[in-house]
Formats: sequence, C-alpha cells, structure tokens
Amino acid sequence: MKILVCISKVPDTTSKITFKDGDTKFKTDNIQFIVNPYDEWYALVRALELKEAAGGSVSIIHVGPAENDPIIRKALAIGADNAFRINAEAKDAYYTAFQIAAHAREEAYDLILVGKETIDFNGSAIGGMLAQMLEMPFESMCSNLQIDDNKLTVEREIEGGKEISEINLPCVVSAKKDLAEQRIPNMRGIMAARTKPLQVLEAQDCEALTHIEKFERLPEKGACKYIDAEHPEELLNLLHNEAKVI
Amino acid sequence: MENNNIKVLKGGEFLVRESTPDTIFIPEELNEEQGMIRDMAAEFVEKEVSPLLDEIDAQQEGLIPSLMEKAGELGLLSTSIPEEFGGFGQDFNTNAAMTIAIGPSFSFGVAFAAHTGIGTLPILYFGTDEQRKKYLPGLASGQLKAAYCLTEPGSGSDALAARTKAVLSEDGKYYILNGQKMFITNGGFADLYIVFAKIDGEKFTGFIVEGDSQGLTRGPEEKKMGIKGSSTTPIFLENVKVPVENLLGEIGKGHLIAFNILNIGRFKLCAMAVGGCKAAASVSVAYANERHQFGKAISSFGAIQYKLAEQAIRIFVSESATYWASDLINRKVEEMKASGSSYWDAIMTAAEEYAIECAMLKVMGSETLDYVVDENVQIHGGYGFIEEYPAARPYRDARINRIFEGTNEINRLLTVDMLLKRALKGRIDLMGPVKAVQNELMSIPDFNTEKDTGVLAAECKAIANAKKAVLMVAGAAVQKLMQNLEDEQEILMNIADMMMEVYGAEAALLRSLKILNLKGETIAQPYIDMTRVFVSDAMERLNLHGRHALAAFAEGDELKMMLMGLKRFTKTEIVNTKALRRSIAARLIEANKYAF
Ligand SMILES: Cc1cc2nc3c(=O)[nH]c(=O)nc-3n(C[C@H](O)[C@H](O)[C@H](O)COP(=O)(O)OP(=O)(O)OC[C@H]3O[C@@H](n4cnc5c(N)ncnc54)[C@H](O)[C@@H]3O)c2cc1C
Repeated sequence: MKILVCISKVPDTTSKITFKDGDTKFKTDNIQFIVNPYDEWYALVRALELKEAAGGSVSIIHVGPAENDPIIRKALAIGADNAFRINAEAKDAYYTAFQIAAHAREEAYDLILVGKETIDFNGSAIGGMLAQMLEMPFESMCSNLQIDDNKLTVEREIEGGKEISEINLPCVVSAKKDLAEQRIPNMRGIMAARTKPLQVLEAQDCEALTHIEKFERLPEKGACKYIDAEHPEELLNLLHNEAKVI
Repeated sequence: MENNNIKVLKGGEFLVRESTPDTIFIPEELNEEQGMIRDMAAEFVEKEVSPLLDEIDAQQEGLIPSLMEKAGELGLLSTSIPEEFGGFGQDFNTNAAMTIAIGPSFSFGVAFAAHTGIGTLPILYFGTDEQRKKYLPGLASGQLKAAYCLTEPGSGSDALAARTKAVLSEDGKYYILNGQKMFITNGGFADLYIVFAKIDGEKFTGFIVEGDSQGLTRGPEEKKMGIKGSSTTPIFLENVKVPVENLLGEIGKGHLIAFNILNIGRFKLCAMAVGGCKAAASVSVAYANERHQFGKAISSFGAIQYKLAEQAIRIFVSESATYWASDLINRKVEEMKASGSSYWDAIMTAAEEYAIECAMLKVMGSETLDYVVDENVQIHGGYGFIEEYPAARPYRDARINRIFEGTNEINRLLTVDMLLKRALKGRIDLMGPVKAVQNELMSIPDFNTEKDTGVLAAECKAIANAKKAVLMVAGAAVQKLMQNLEDEQEILMNIADMMMEVYGAEAALLRSLKILNLKGETIAQPYIDMTRVFVSDAMERLNLHGRHALAAFAEGDELKMMLMGLKRFTKTEIVNTKALRRSIAARLIEANKYAF
C-alpha cells in the first residue's frame, strides 16, 4: 500500500495573530510554526499504522518554500519514509491541490490522506479538490478508517449518529480527531529524519483562483454579566430586551 | 568557523579572563535537530506527565516506573549514552536543552534526573565494558530503573563518613555489604542501586547492587514536604552478597565516582530548575493577565510587573550560565578526544574541569527556582495557597533543590575551595591578577569620567571591575587568614556569592551581545534590558558581600583602603531599573508567557 500524506505549516495554537500591510497579510514575526495538527496527529499517524500493519510506504508532500523544511522533517521524524516538497508558496487551495495532484498522477498512490482542515485558514477545500482533479472518490472528516482487501471502510460522525461507508482504492480521505492518536517523535526518528529523502519538485504553472482581500479581527468580547441563579427570569428579560436574540 | 587560536576558558578562569560573545553557546543557536529533541521532551511532559500530576503525587502504584518506560521508548533516558551502548550520544548542549524541557515535571522529573544522572552515569563512566553491556541497554530503555545510595543516617554532607561496610567473602567471589542508606530517590522501585560502602571499613568504594539481591530491603516511603510523588526510602543492606564483578571503578576510589557524578548531577539539577522556572514564570504571567482587581488586570500594577520582570531576569541569567557551562564541557570533551583520550576519560576530565561552574550552577538554579515559585504564589494571592491552582505544587516541590546533590552551603564552600586549590596547583593563574588588583589599589584611580558608549559597554566595564572586587576580597582573605580561612565560612559564603554574581552577569552579558550580533538590536533589546538590570543590582550585592567579608578580617587603614577599592570596583552608572523592568514586563504581558 502506497500512501501519500499532505501536510501544511500553521502557526502554533498559542500564537498571537496579528496582521500587516493594511491587514492584508499575516504577520509571521516571532511566530512558532508547527505541522497542521489534523495532518500530523491523525492523517500521518493513521497512515503509519496502516503501513505498520500491512507494509507499504508513507510519503509526505508539502507545497511551500525551503524555509518550511523543518516541518517536513518533523513528519519524517514521526515516521514517514520520504518527502516531496513542491517549491512554491501555497497561494490558495486550488493552486495547492493542483500541485499535489500533478505529483500524485506520476506516483500511483493507493491512498491520499489530508487533514480535515488547517487550523489557520480552515478552508477544508484541498481534499475535495484533489479527489476531483485525480478523479478519485473522496471521504471527508473520517474518524475511523480500516482497510480490507483493497476496500476501505470509513466512519464519519453525522447528526445524531455515524455513517459507515465503503469506498474503493485509490481514494482521498480527510482526517478528523479520533482517526489516530498523536505520536511524539522519538530519538530514533529524529536522528533518522535528516537522512530520509526529501525531494524538491518545481511547481507546475497554475493560476490561483482566489486572493485575500483583507483580514478582520473579531470584535473584542464585551463585559460579562452575572445573573443571580435565583432569578432566571432576569436572563430571559436581558436576552429578549437587551440582546434582542429571543 | 571555530577559532582554534582562542584557548578554551578553564574551570574557574572566568574570574581572571574576559570572554567574548563568539566563544559562548546560547540556546538561540540550537539547531533544528536539537530543537526537535527539546520539543519532543516538552511534548512528553505536556502529554504524558502533566495530566497525571495528582496521581503521581498520590504515588499511584507503578505510575512513575511506567512513565519512565515511556520516556525510555522515546529515547529520553539515553540521550547521553553513546550509540554503542544503545543510546544516542548527544552532546551537553543538546542534553541541557532536553533537560530544561523535562524540567517542569515535578516528582517525575526528580525520578528521571536520579535515574538518568546519578543512577546511570556511574555505570556509564566508571563501569567495565561487561558492566556497561550488561546494564546500559536496560537503563537506556527504562526496563531497569536506577538509584544512587550515598547518604546515610549519620552521613549526609559528610558523605565520606559513610559507615556501610563491605567485606570480601572467603571464597573471594562476593563482597558482603552491611549498612543503611537514607533518602534514596527511586528507592521504592529501583532495579539497580549504586551503593557506596567502605571495604573493610576503610576503602570507600562503589558497587552495583541489583534490587532483588537477598538482604536488600526497601524501607517505607518518607512522608515529604514536596515532590510527594517521587519515591524516597531508606535502603537496608543486611549481608547482601554483591558479586566481585559488580565492584564499580577501583577499590578505594569511590569518592572519584561520587564526586564526579555529582558534578554532572549538579549541572543537570540546574537545567531541570531552569525548566521549572520557565514554566512557573509562564503561569505567573498568564495569571497576572487574567486576574482583575480594582477593575484592571493585576499585570497592570507596577508591583506585579516588578515580580514578573525579576523572575524573567533571574531565569535568563541562570539559563545563560547553564549553556555557557554546557558548551565549555562539550569543548573540553572534544579537545580531549581529539588528543587521543577515550570518551570516558574525556567526560570525566571535563566534568572535573568545570566542577566550580557546576557547583555555582546548582546554587544559582535552585535559588532562582525558589524565587520564581515564591513570587508565583504571591502573584496568585490567596489562590496561590490553594491546591487547585498551579502555584502550590511548584512551591512545595522546588524546596528540595537547595538540599540534595550537595546542600547549597556545601556547594558554596566547594566553589571557593576548588578555586583556591586550582590556584595553588597552578592550574589557573589567580595570584598574578590578585597582585595586579592590589597594585591598582595603590595607584591613582582612573578618573576617566567619559561615558561608555556602545551597547552594554558600561556593563562590560562593570563586570571587569567586579572581577577585581572578587579578587581583591578573596586575595586579601587568603593572605590574612591563611589556613584559618577554612573556619571562616561566613567569608567563604560571601566570596562564593560574589563569584556567582560575576559568573551570572557575564553569562547574561555575553548572551545578550551574541544575540545582538546575530539578530540585531530589536530582537536583542529585552535581553540587553535584562542584563542591564541584573548587572546594576549585582554590583550592589557585590558591594554588600564585599563589605561583610572585608569587615570580618581587616581593620584600620587597610580596611579603609580596601573599602575604597571595593567602592571603586563596584561602581556603576545609575540605571533606571524601574523603567527597564517595566519594559521587560510589558513583553511578558504581551506574550502571555515567559518569552525569552
Ligand atoms: C527528597 C530527598 C531525596 C534524596 N535523594 C538522595 C539520593 O537519591 N541519594 C543520596 O545519596 N542522597 C539523597 N538525598 C540525601 C541528600 O543528598 C542529603 O539530605 C543532603 O546531602 C544533606 O545531608 P543531610 O540531610 O545529612 O544534612 P546535613 O549534612 O546534616 O546538613 C544539615 C545542615 O548543615 C549544613 N552543613 C553540613 N555540613 C556543613 C559544613 N561542613 N559546613 C557548613 N554547613 C554544613 C548543611 O548545609 C545543612 O544546612 C535525598 C534527600 C532528600 C530529602
């Protein structure tokens, strides 16, 4: 089984997010970057588990400049066998999916895993686009994934229950919490990471379809009002007359 | 490029030589792989240890041993063990970074440090090849857990007065050990005990004693003030048969093991403490930002900002000093290996070379930690006194660090004692510089009132002068009191404190300048601010220690002259430390955590 895991680079969850150039760009000074948790904790680790159970290989792909190599090596340290980096800024979801698809067409992967979203832009778009470009089936936000005889069984949480479906390989699956348990890279993995192949590929011509107009912050949270637990009617009154939401 | 012409600073030599920023290592220079190792350790603490702190403190059966095994699986127990014995052969800088990351793990950290440090290292450094092959893989993986048994009911600080006895059996196959060890970390579950005993009641010697040996009994757990989760028990040895092949090192040379291992243990303790400090300081900042009184976050009050800034300053100083020493040890190891020494000899020689630095670090790290956790409680107000909040445990758990691995009094005494011995043996030239300072005392003072320009130029000069102050006081004390100095511990404490002020100040100065050179002034600014405050305060403390010392042994005109000299050597430009502390605090408040 040949598996490809797509990883992206995101700011650490505790980062203070600020913008520059008239709120059109994310200010990256002093920001600590990490592998997108959905990619690392769930997609990558599930891929490694599948390989450990049935053999095969796990490759990493990332669209980004050379300065992102540490993110790739972290994924290699966790256990991926090799990595590809498409040497270009990930301009938007379409552009990124296009680059990954161009690579995937050459390599005949059985399974392509992506995180359900990145924790910075939360677009959730790449998996679906990629499946479309590769003309493969797509299952999004899977919390369980099993493989049996070239058949993939995936579980998704839906309103009030679960949906279990079977799809044929090759396919694209996006990973949600519970698909696997986060792994801490070990010393052996860290030491091996620098010797694992990291191939740099040039980007294909492709126009991004979107661009960012402006970032806007959420309004500051207002003051908190406490209501005496003995007087719930006061809450109703405030919601109705002051907040005007009911 | 390494500059091979620059001779590496010897142990204790910081007092008589100036170092330049390019000769030190700073944590900002950790490479990607070292960073990954540090992050792995931090992730381990965050994901595996932190959620279980209450269970650990309740000494839940088997919990610490199982966490040790998890740490072993990740390779955290074997970073310093060479690859041929199943480890990862990482250098001291990497180990410093890893240890700092493990730091905020409370009782687990104590078990971890005892196992990887004083438990494992005696076998690693002093074991025979057979002993290494037999025990190191298990110690590296965590399958075997180790403890170190030096202290006895009647001998703590005076470790060589141990009464545990070893006698060779008639058939010459065993040593029979009898005695009692006290306060043994990991005592309740260890598989291997490094035990010090006197052969025939005389020759102090190390032994590897397996936990299931007949006659070895683990006593009950001590009920402790802090680090409640760490196992601390007496160990009773009653006719324990230890095979002769488990004798460690040479007969009668146990002190070499005990003391050299403690050098590294002290270094490690400081690194652990620095890690604990950083975590506690982050808790302080976050709480101060969150807690509102009088309609404002308490972090907006100057009194609280002072505490936040002072925590950061002291942590920054201790951390800088830690990496300065780790790198010196590294360089010495490399230098020795390059000139043909075995790895083991190289490590032992390096650890001995920087024993003064290790002793100072032990004191600095543990006292910085106590300051930080104490102010952390204070910043939490009443909530700091309540178990649910993350201030009480750090406070309780910090206290032991000033006691074990040599009390801070013993380490202060050692600091000065080792310095003087080195000078006596001609290993460093102390007398030359002492004479030069004495001549300077007689000469006309430098009335150069020109302001020092340039970043930290005034601090540079202040530190150079501070060294003179230490040399003047120490030199005069030795000349005046000769052998009697040994009995004047108050003076020795003063000198040790002065040495630590200088060592810390120079470490901070060099790190700030290096950051400035590498990253420019904007990024270096908070480090520069911290250095300025520390140096300014350190000079006042130096003056006070110096006065106490001088007044204790000099009088009349001589005292007057030296007091004038002290004043001259500890003079600094007045610095608005209030404003600097506020700007340091502002960065912490903005980052919502310890940010350096
Ligand atoms: C939780 C815990 C864990 C420990 N773990 C271990 C372990 O794993 N292995 C191990 O071998 N030991 C261990 N110890 C023992 C520890 O190292 C000793 O407690 C310590 O060295 C001090 O010895 P002591 O308790 O006998 O105090 P003492 O030596 O009696 O000291 C009492 C006081 O007198 C001072 N003092 C002593 N001698 C002098 C002197 N010459 N000049 C000036 N002041 C002096 C000391 O600084 C101290 O303030 C542990 C202790 C504790 C509490």
